[in-house]
Order: sequence, then C-alpha cells, then structure tokens
Amino acid sequence: MTDAIIELTKVTKTFGGVIANRDVSLTVSRGGITGLIGPNGSGKTTLFNSIVGYHPIDSGSIRFDGQEISQLRVQEIARLGLLRTFQTTRIYGRMSCIQNMQISIPHRKARFWDMFAYERADVVQRAEHLLAFVGLYEKRYLRAGSLSFGQQKLLEFAMALMNEPTVLLLDEPTAGINPTLINGLVDRLKRANQEFGITMLIIEHNMRVIMNIASRIYCLAHGEMLATGEPAEIQRDQNVIDAYLGAH
Amino acid sequence: MNRTSFHPLTIGLLLLTGIAAPLLFPAYTNQIAILWLMIVFASTWDILGGQMGYNSLGNIVFFGAGMYTSAVVQIGLFYDVGMYTSGARTTHIVFTNAQYFTGFALGIIAAGIAAALLAWATSWIVFGLRGPYFAIGTLGVAVAAAELIASWEWVGAAAGISMPVFPGAPDTQKLFFYFLLFGLAFVVLVCLRSLYSTNFGLAINAIRDDEEKAEAMGLHTRRYKRTAWSISAFFLGIAGAIFGNMTGFIDARDIAFPTTTFNIFMILMVLLGGKGTFWGPVVGAVVFQVIKEVTWTYFLGWQFVALGLLIVIIVVYFQQGIVGWLMEKYPERFGIRVAPKKEEERPPAIGLAPHPEGAE
Repeated sequence: MTDAIIELTKVTKTFGGVIANRDVSLTVSRGGITGLIGPNGSGKTTLFNSIVGYHPIDSGSIRFDGQEISQLRVQEIARLGLLRTFQTTRIYGRMSCIQNMQISIPHRKARFWDMFAYERADVVQRAEHLLAFVGLYEKRYLRAGSLSFGQQKLLEFAMALMNEPTVLLLDEPTAGINPTLINGLVDRLKRANQEFGITMLIIEHNMRVIMNIASRIYCLAHGEMLATGEPAEIQRDQNVIDAYLGAH
Repeated sequence: MNRTSFHPLTIGLLLLTGIAAPLLFPAYTNQIAILWLMIVFASTWDILGGQMGYNSLGNIVFFGAGMYTSAVVQIGLFYDVGMYTSGARTTHIVFTNAQYFTGFALGIIAAGIAAALLAWATSWIVFGLRGPYFAIGTLGVAVAAAELIASWEWVGAAAGISMPVFPGAPDTQKLFFYFLLFGLAFVVLVCLRSLYSTNFGLAINAIRDDEEKAEAMGLHTRRYKRTAWSISAFFLGIAGAIFGNMTGFIDARDIAFPTTTFNIFMILMVLLGGKGTFWGPVVGAVVFQVIKEVTWTYFLGWQFVALGLLIVIIVVYFQQGIVGWLMEKYPERFGIRVAPKKEEERPPAIGLAPHPEGAE
C-alpha cells in the first residue's frame, strides 16, 4: 500500500430517508490520480461534498494527511490544501480572467493585513503563466462570464492550480467539453499531476478518459462501494458492467 | 485590476469643484454640502450593495450611532450627559471655543471608531443571512436602533439633544460644515479608489459573483464581509457626527435613524447611478440631489409621490443605472473587454449532420 493522503473509513450520509452513501471506504494515494465512477445518482458528488466539508457526515471518518477533517468547515479544508471544482462550472463571471486568477491565490497563509495588499508582480506572472498553460492567455483581460462553457471549465482548472492545492477533487472535468478539446484537457491533467505534483481524485463519466489517466478506480453504485481496482480490473468486473447496464 | 489611485487631473477637478462651488453659488452652500453627504452615503452603501452584492437596508444605523456617539463625547467631556439632556434642566450651558472644537474633533474620531466597532459586533449576526434575508435583517437592526435610542432617557429619549452651538457667524458656520462634508467625501473617494485596487476589491467582487465558489477556494469570506461592513460604518459614523452638529439638534427617529428618507436615498442613488461602478454612486447622488431639491421646492407636498415614481421608473426601466448603462454601451471606454462571439466557437457539427448554413 502506498502512502495514503485521503482516507475515508465507513462514511455514511443520509438525506432524510435516502441513503446517499453507506459505509464507503476509499483511499487516495499521494501523488497519484484516482478515479471515482458510478452510474448517475450513485452518490459520487455527495461523497465529494462530504470530503470538502460541504455537509456533515452521519458516521465514519475522513482523514486528510493524517488529520481528521470531517468536522471542519469548507474554507478551513480548502486552506489545508484540499480543493474541489464544481460539476456545474463556477467562476467569477463579472471579473476578468486575470482577476479570477489573482483572487485564487492560496489563502492559507493570508493574515489580516493581506486583505489590503496591492497587486503583486509575481502573482500576476504566475497567473499569466497558468492561463497560458490552459490556453487562455490571449483572453486574460476578457470578462470570465463572456467565455464559452469549455473555456470557463479551463479557467476553473487554472484557478484551482493557482491555489497550489495538495489534492484536487475534480467533478466531471470533461463534461460538456467539445470532444476535440478533451485530449488537450487530459494532457493538462496529467501534466498538472506530474509537473506540479498535485494528487487528484476525479469523478468522470467518460470511460476512455478515466481509464487512461487513473491508476486506481473506485466504482460506486446505489451509494455503496461496488468495486475497486486498477482500470483493467474494473473494466472486466462483471458487477461494474451490470451496474452500468442496469442489472441492479 | 483597477488603478491604485486617481489621476492627478481627477484629484484637481474634485478639489476645484469642491472649493469653487460654495464661492460661485453662495446661496446654495447648504444644498451642495448635503450633496457631498449624499455622495458619502451612496459610495459607502455601494461597498456592500454594489461591490459585494449584499443589499443592506440598515446602513443608517452607523450614521445615527456616530451622531449620538459624538454628541455624548462632546457633551460628556465637559458636563454630565444626563443633566444636560434632562427636560427639567434650568441652568444655561455655554461651551467655550476651545471646548467646542476639541469636543467636536474628539467626537468625530470617537464616532468613526464606535460605528466601526458596532459594525464589527453586529456582523456576527447579520452575515449569517444572505439575499433578501440579509436586507430584512439589517432593516430590523435599523428600526430597533431607532426605537432603542428614542426610549433611552440618558441621551434625551424622544426629546432629542440640542447640540453645542457653533461659536461663529452663520456664514462662517455654513462654510465650516460645507468644507467638513466636502473633505469627508473627498477622503472617502480617494480611500475607496485605493481599496478597490487591492486584494480587498477583488475579494468582495468574488463574493458578489459567487460566494460559494469563494468559500470553496478557501477565501476568508467572513473576514472580508465584516471588514467591508466596518469600513462603510466608519465613514458613515463620521458623516453622522458632522451632520448632527450641522443641524444643531438631533433626535432618534427623524435625524439620526431616518429609515424612510436617508436610508432609502442611499440605495436609490446607487441604483440611479449604477451599482458596483466607482463613479455610479457619485453620478447618482448628483442627479438625485438635483431632482430632490427641485421637487422639494416646486412640488412641496408631492415630493414623496415624485420619489416613489422615481423608484418605480428606476427599478422597472433602468436597472443598470446611468454609469452601468454607459459601461454596457461603450465597454471599451471603461477598459472592459468582452469575448467576441467568433464563428469557430460554434460546436462542430457531428457526423453527417448538415452544416447549419447548408453549403460550405
């Protein structure tokens, strides 16, 4: 077993009578890319929300880098270096791309007086570098809200990188993206993982993409962990195939 | 990012306007002084309402709190406040020149600090609320503050307080308060211009655009919201201290916490000029002050009907305001760039689906 950075043990989350996650255990190893798949409504996004502190869990434990985080609030978890992107892309629509980047600096070191800090050349340089990395450099002064959906998705990814996270949780990074752009995005995800050393946990419906980039995959169905293993194992797993084809 | 400070020309023009106005139109000194006050109202309301997207209906609390704080300090430094405000008081009280000015100076400082502290304290309650609940919650604070002060004997209760009298000729008095209000407005504009160009400006804009995203990115949203509210309160507190001394008599419901006049004017001016723009509140304040003075002079008795009509027109037909409208019409002039809708950004036709235009 490699070094685990996120460890979920028997996490249960219910909404009223609906059990969204039941006794889910999952491990994300440091430095790798882990995939999370499952049919619609299987509780993937709920699990993401539980990890980042969006809602309290009913029972179980969530550890990040050895620290129990299931009681912390969203901002505190984000400042620890555990960041998520949204399934429905969220950017600051009325600000320019470069401003979106500038306000996404890591806030874990921010002191009170940093609120009144002026624009810093190194921040701008880093923002421009990352915008170039995702291919939005030419559009840096445009209003983020005027970008196309795919470009907003790329901007959101760049903002996440700007925050220098230890672990990045990506909720369907390729959903709604033009098929020709997907290859470019996959390439950037891999590079962010290798060059910036960011651990990733990715929810993805596009099997070609997730089988290609993840080293380990977890499959959820009806809120429970159905299968786990390397991509090749998951592809052969009869339970997974049945879950996707609706045998359950 | 916004420029960090004004162009020297803008500063020069502002100073020139401020100094020349009472000399050119001496008959309107008071009205122009109130115009500067309105600019302070609108610009400080826009910190939360425009730049941060939190529509407060309770900013007037800090105006009133500042007014009462300065009154208590100005009187309390030299006399017993309870005795001074007592209805049964028979002794005639006179403030010497030195007493008046030291009291006033300290009163202004205390007013700003007290209002900011009050904002910091109340922020723990009000920022648990969002959207319309925030608006109603803050309105509740304003109404409660007015009633609380209006029933507090020590500060004169409903009878109010007669402020220390300015030791000088009426004309000097006019100019004195004019320049205080102009100076305040000038400082507010310079400070806000600088503030909006820092991380603070970016952060409150981010909160306006998507607060949940800002939280997910680890931004200290509470800290920024609380600070924004306190900065707004600081300047409003000082405005209250100056205005209280200018009118010479203060009371809770009509002068210190006028929820249906000044409190509504703040919002109206910002909407008229353009929410979330730097010059919008200023332009809105000027236009509004002119409309207000005209209706108050020529249509007395109908002024609130005119005001109501103005609200309806703005809300229904002119939501983006004057500066907002200009920015939409000529975005390049304001340094805003919007992505052109280019042809190749259309998703490519998949498979054998015909091209929308038919032939290539």
